[in-house]
Amino acid sequence: MVRDVAFGQFFPGKSLIHRLDPRAKLIMLVAFLVIIFCTFTYPSLLIVILFTVMFILLSGVPAKFYFKSLKVIIFIVIITSVLNMFYGTGTPLFEWGILKITLDGINRAIFVSIRIVCLILASSCLTFTTSPTDLTDAIERLMKPLGKIHFPVHEIAMMMSLALRFVPTLLEETDKITQAQKARGADMESGNIFHRVKAFIPILVPLFVSAFRRAYDLATAMECRCYRGGFGRTRMKVIHMSKRDVLSFAAMGLVICGVIICNILLPAVL
Amino acid sequence: MSNILELENINYVYGVGTPFEKRAVDNVSVSIKKGEFVGIMGHTGSGKSTLVQMLNGLIKPTSGRVLFDGADIWENPKEIRKIRFKVGMVFQYPEYQLFEETVYKDIAFGAINMGKSSDELDRAVRKAAEFSGLKPELLTKSPFDLSGGEKRRAAIAGVIAMDPDVLVLDEPTAGLDPMGRDVLLSQIVQYHNKRKNTVLLVSHSMEDIARVADRIIVMNKSRLVMYDETKKIFSRGSELEKIGLRVPQITKIMLTLKERGYDISDGILTVDDALAEISSLLKKEGKIW
Ligand SMILES: Nc1ncnc2c1ncn2[C@@H]1O[C@H](COP(=O)(O)OP(=O)(O)OP(=O)(O)O)[C@@H](O)[C@H]1O
Ligand SMILES: [Mg+2]
Repeated sequence: MVRDVAFGQFFPGKSLIHRLDPRAKLIMLVAFLVIIFCTFTYPSLLIVILFTVMFILLSGVPAKFYFKSLKVIIFIVIITSVLNMFYGTGTPLFEWGILKITLDGINRAIFVSIRIVCLILASSCLTFTTSPTDLTDAIERLMKPLGKIHFPVHEIAMMMSLALRFVPTLLEETDKITQAQKARGADMESGNIFHRVKAFIPILVPLFVSAFRRAYDLATAMECRCYRGGFGRTRMKVIHMSKRDVLSFAAMGLVICGVIICNILLPAVL
Repeated sequence: MSNILELENINYVYGVGTPFEKRAVDNVSVSIKKGEFVGIMGHTGSGKSTLVQMLNGLIKPTSGRVLFDGADIWENPKEIRKIRFKVGMVFQYPEYQLFEETVYKDIAFGAINMGKSSDELDRAVRKAAEFSGLKPELLTKSPFDLSGGEKRRAAIAGVIAMDPDVLVLDEPTAGLDPMGRDVLLSQIVQYHNKRKNTVLLVSHSMEDIARVADRIIVMNKSRLVMYDETKKIFSRGSELEKIGLRVPQITKIMLTLKERGYDISDGILTVDDALAEISSLLKKEGKIW
């Protein structure tokens, strides 16, 4: 069923990472992603790995789900690291015809795969521990300065959170409509491509109709509650930075310093 | 009479292998006789909709067999569409499945999928519209311009047009006004009487089920807890109440009278029956003549 697709899953919880300010998490994620790609020595790579393991453990989300999020990209990791292996420079360690593997190539492969894996794990950690509403809220707050140049920050954030809110609803509805049409003998599994595209009409039409109906209903409901855009709007849940966030920024700072110091003191392997 | 549908040790689990695993149907076995009108009732979330969706192979049981006319419907998964024409299914909110330009075309959708010839088709559509109480002049309208009740009828007609041997209706009267419910229900009963086919009706309304069903399946927490003749089911009022179901008001009154020591038979389902019962009782006691 369509519904089984994992989409930015959120696992409610009360761990340290769950309780961090979503803005802090977002900023730290960006900083961490940058620093991942600034690792040029094995000790700095080790720091990054240790930090990743640490926040995975702290997030309290079962490791199983982190592995699941890796499953999707495992092929990309394998392919890029294999390609990188053959593109190294220097004296070859092995040679088969035109294919040669060098120490440099192996280093590249290790770095590339570990970087991608850490990148996915860090992003998953954010979506696992932050509800979509908190996330869009954080994006809105961080982009607020852009409002000064008449960028519609609030509107965009509102659209994002509405879209996120309705993804599961629409998936569920697609499921139901598909079942109902199948019950009338709609055949979606056989025939050529032209036939199959046509077979989707009985699903798309009711889906659009109901999406528009939902949109109108939602608009009416928002107007009834006097929604009139972002200007002067206060919040029910005000997010603010606390000691936790400061501490985690400090930890992040240590990681960044560690990576930079390793890069300066030790010879780069890449 | 032979069994048209048989379920053998059916289980259904949603989201197998995820943290949200949910056993919606737990080891249900039941046989349904040809030509019977069977009511299915149970609390919200007791697994009724899940159960009926397995009758025409819309979902495949996690384990267990579904037999139609004695043959396992999943024996040849490629042929599952044929079963869907034999076991017609009207969904809980059928109005969401309308998509054609006109009501006529929408009703014809299932019948066309069956491959009916054109004059056969025309007859089937018009008859189905009549059976489900849809006025002929509505056939040329867009389905989106119909009222809620008319949409419901159009969707039911779309299934009846396929002329299924078994008609499954999942809460066809939910959200209709009391008048509309009664009319729709009596049209379904009329259809059943004329066509002599098997009907399964899922409903939350005990009054509705009491009025029309020959037999009743009661579901509770994913399990089948009772399957018996309507009268016998409703004479077990206290058991039903324990699982959050209500017996029809009139049945409850009669059960209470019986508890107080009056000589009243079990399972009185309609006001008319109750009237007859009470007046015969009064006659016996010499209160009226
Ligand atoms: N697609 C699905 N994915 C996961 N769980 C589901 C799904 N559909 C139903 N369920 C769960 O299975 C159980 C049985 O649902 P079902 O729809 O069969 O109940 P029902 O008896 O028809 O209820 P109602 O009277 O409200 O229509 C419920 O607990 C429900 O939450
Ligand atoms: Mg249901």
